[in-house]
Amino acid sequence: MSLDINITVIDREGKEHEFAVPTDMNLNLMEVCKGYDLPVAGICGGMAMCASCQVYILTEEHFGERNDDEQAMLDEAYHVKENSRLGCQISITAELNGLKVKIAPEEQ
Amino acid sequence: MIKTDIIIIGAGPVGLFAVFEAGLMKLRCHLIDAIPQPGGQLSEIYPKKPIYDIPGYPSVLAGELVDKLMEQAAPFKPGFTLGERADSIEKQDDGSFIVTTSKGTQHHAPVVMIAGGLGSFEPRKPLISNIGDFEEKGVRYIVKDPDQFEGKDMVISGGGDSALDWAIYFAEKGSFVHLVHRSDRYRAHKDSVSRAQELAAAGKMKLHTFAEVKELNGDDDLTAVVIHTKAANTTVETELWFPLFGLSPKLGPIGDWGLDIEKNAIVVDTFDYQTNRPGVFAIGDVNTYPGKLKLILCGFHEATLAVQTAYKIINPDKKFTLKYTTVQGVQGFEDEQPKQTITS
Repeated sequence: MSLDINITVIDREGKEHEFAVPTDMNLNLMEVCKGYDLPVAGICGGMAMCASCQVYILTEEHFGERNDDEQAMLDEAYHVKENSRLGCQISITAELNGLKVKIAPEEQ
Repeated sequence: MIKTDIIIIGAGPVGLFAVFEAGLMKLRCHLIDAIPQPGGQLSEIYPKKPIYDIPGYPSVLAGELVDKLMEQAAPFKPGFTLGERADSIEKQDDGSFIVTTSKGTQHHAPVVMIAGGLGSFEPRKPLISNIGDFEEKGVRYIVKDPDQFEGKDMVISGGGDSALDWAIYFAEKGSFVHLVHRSDRYRAHKDSVSRAQELAAAGKMKLHTFAEVKELNGDDDLTAVVIHTKAANTTVETELWFPLFGLSPKLGPIGDWGLDIEKNAIVVDTFDYQTNRPGVFAIGDVNTYPGKLKLILCGFHEATLAVQTAYKIINPDKKFTLKYTTVQGVQGFEDEQPKQTITS
């Protein structure tokens, strides 16, 4: 049985990248993007203390729930939409198979 | 002109530890940092967060680690140019370098060590098209010399500690403060939020929630801001707006110093963490090499090796043998280094 799930990340130029990502390595979406050299800065390292890994969730069923720290950060970030989340706060689990996201614009 | 042995750009943990390692070899250091306090990301982004991978410390708060590193470096009396960004580097005929900051302060040394982490921290500017027209003409991203604003009415935006702390400070000094935030939850400390609510109840502050400053008005200087909410747009007459949304790092001018850059990091040789420019080193998160890990402890190692070559550059005729601190102790410098010598 494979533990991988498929996710699609659309970069800032609109190009789609599809990955098979393992679910048993305690990864989050920011780390996956960085691992594949996508332009996600992940400045704070995953503490929800910057918004440099902001993504838009395109598959509604995968939106999940923003946690408190994440919500507070998004309250001050730019380019925030209803479907915004911080990639570092999204754990890669089996439920996310088929997830599709778009990377938010850079702040400046 | 400030003269020293090693100019260290970036006063984060790795830059501070480089002072200690250089000091053991009798080399003096001067640090330059764009933010007004030492510690880099640890002070600026996560001072109250624990770090678990510093050898010998099962857990240490980031801010505490900075304090300890400052204490460890103290015997070697480092100089600091804080609140100024290192903007340019010029090689001299004798191979030494002059590094000039955004405020024109010049530093001269035979060796430059870039310990710049993610880059220099710069204010996050709101996305308003004409904001540039009002910078320093009413719009200020950082509160500097607060005395000049005391008692003046103002608008502050943000929901973090910086926004709340300053809003409270000025409201207590007699200013009427409009605090504008995009939500009704604040990232700032709970005590600050309660204090702000008390001040609002006392009529010294107005809390605008689910609100955002979206328009700026004024002929030359700022005269009013327009606060947008779902329900209405409110014009507030003010000569002062502080958008305090924190700082975010940018590699900045170092990117134009003729150094090999790969993925926003400076390429170094792992023998001594020297860059493609002899005499210029890059240590810590700012560098890259095969197998690089952005960890504080790796930066400490890099700093230690880099100062060995720095020693050879500064003392080409002397040989140095590694001495253990356990045997030798730590012999600091007796005298302060001349802080700033102005040359005409």
